[in-house]
Amino acid sequence: MRQSSIIDIISPVMAGPSSSHTAGAVRLGLLARNVYNTKSDKITFKLYNSYALTGKGHGTDKGLLAGLLGFSVDDKRIKNVFDTPEAKQINYEFEFLEDFNRHPNAVDFIFEGGLNMTLSGDSIGAGEIVLTKINKFSVNLDGKYNTLLLVYEDMPGVISSVTRIIQEDNVNIASLHCDRSGKGKDASMCICIDGELSKQCLDKVSELKDMYIVRYIKKLES
Amino acid sequence: MENIITTFRQLYYTCKEQNKKIYETALDYEVSKGEYSEYQIRLQAAKSLNAMKEAIKIGLNSTEPSPSGMSGDDCDKLQKRFNKSGSVLGKTAQKIMTYALATSEQNLRMGIIAACPTAGSCGIVPSVLIAYAEDYNLDENEQINALITAGEVGRIVSVKMALAGAVGGCQAECGVASAMASAALTQMRGGNIKQIINASALALKNILGLTCDPVCGLVEIPCVKRNPFLAIHAVSASELAMADIISKIPADEIVDAMEQTGKLMSPLLKESSQGGLAKTKTAIALEKNILR
Repeated sequence: MRQSSIIDIISPVMAGPSSSHTAGAVRLGLLARNVYNTKSDKITFKLYNSYALTGKGHGTDKGLLAGLLGFSVDDKRIKNVFDTPEAKQINYEFEFLEDFNRHPNAVDFIFEGGLNMTLSGDSIGAGEIVLTKINKFSVNLDGKYNTLLLVYEDMPGVISSVTRIIQEDNVNIASLHCDRSGKGKDASMCICIDGELSKQCLDKVSELKDMYIVRYIKKLES
Repeated sequence: MENIITTFRQLYYTCKEQNKKIYETALDYEVSKGEYSEYQIRLQAAKSLNAMKEAIKIGLNSTEPSPSGMSGDDCDKLQKRFNKSGSVLGKTAQKIMTYALATSEQNLRMGIIAACPTAGSCGIVPSVLIAYAEDYNLDENEQINALITAGEVGRIVSVKMALAGAVGGCQAECGVASAMASAALTQMRGGNIKQIINASALALKNILGLTCDPVCGLVEIPCVKRNPFLAIHAVSASELAMADIISKIPADEIVDAMEQTGKLMSPLLKESSQGGLAKTKTAIALEKNILR
């Protein structure tokens, strides 16, 4: 297990009042923004359990939206994010729900538009977060690594083709997580890496047969 | 440096052997882990320190209510009282109390604060550190050294126990913040290694068992007022330590006791708002008014 550093103890600088309900919400929004990475017509935020119940008092709704707009955890605009020009340009709504099968601090981001996508995430404490689902695929994205996310048609050889392309960039793979909806159907791959992937590498992956979604998700800076 | 520092005992002996201050040993150790340079750590400490000062400045001059409407004017009330009637506490201690309230009220207002170690406990370290530095004219470098000293105390506790109310109750948040603040203060006052570690030990020992039972599930009641209480608590610990009054139980054993106490504490009292203050008659009435 990674031990805390002094930096973890004396920071982050953040908009209050709660690391899990405010800073964590901003980080979930930021990561969702990096994953969706395109313009949508409408975004629905579904907040569950403690996020739903104490979300207003903790500014969880504001945090999620602010993150989605690309504001960092210490952005002064978070408090009044609903009034910002950036927020006024997008169409969004919040739903507050109870579902005890979900984490106490869970959220769904439902993007509609040219690309429909549903992302689910949890705020797991001390500002740490994890995206657990992209559409119907389980993933494990915590924003700590640059990550290549792929959705493609399940067939033999895809994993080795992708890892070979990454190998050509001389980049080390920290973890690799795969899932699929069924044999020969949609599949997902989440590859966390040490370092950076080149544009050339990403282009090569995109050119592979039957790649539906290719996203290079940058790690969170704050 | 191959030395691993995960206990106060290791910290003490490393400082002694190398004739270094706690913040120097802490920086050496962080750098040896390879993730951050000394420059990066000092830069982050400076960034946190600036955010702390800014939060105090804004908080001292605000009476804006929190989103729940339950708080927001306590710092103003306290300042008025001190200005009019003074206090049995000295000038610096008055400042510490007002700075702690100013910061924790700013946190409620969604203002920018430094989580140190957490957002709910964000008023404790800055109030003690900055009030003392102002009144005793310490420069920024000395303040950063004190903040790194505080950070090292929090880091060592966090090796054994997550600094989260949901894991260990408030002893793991405001309690640890108070231990960190007492270390920073003792460092700034010229205390030696033993006195600094002892100050932290005394502060931690005195808050064992502190629960986390926030009303309405919000970081508000009792969190806001707990910040000035535990800031003064840190000063008491430093005073005892500077007089060479020794905690008979060593710091590492206190951390063990704290970790065990956190485990034994009912989940109803660990940030779930299902017991203690959160389930009082008044809290339940507030819940009906405020939530939904």
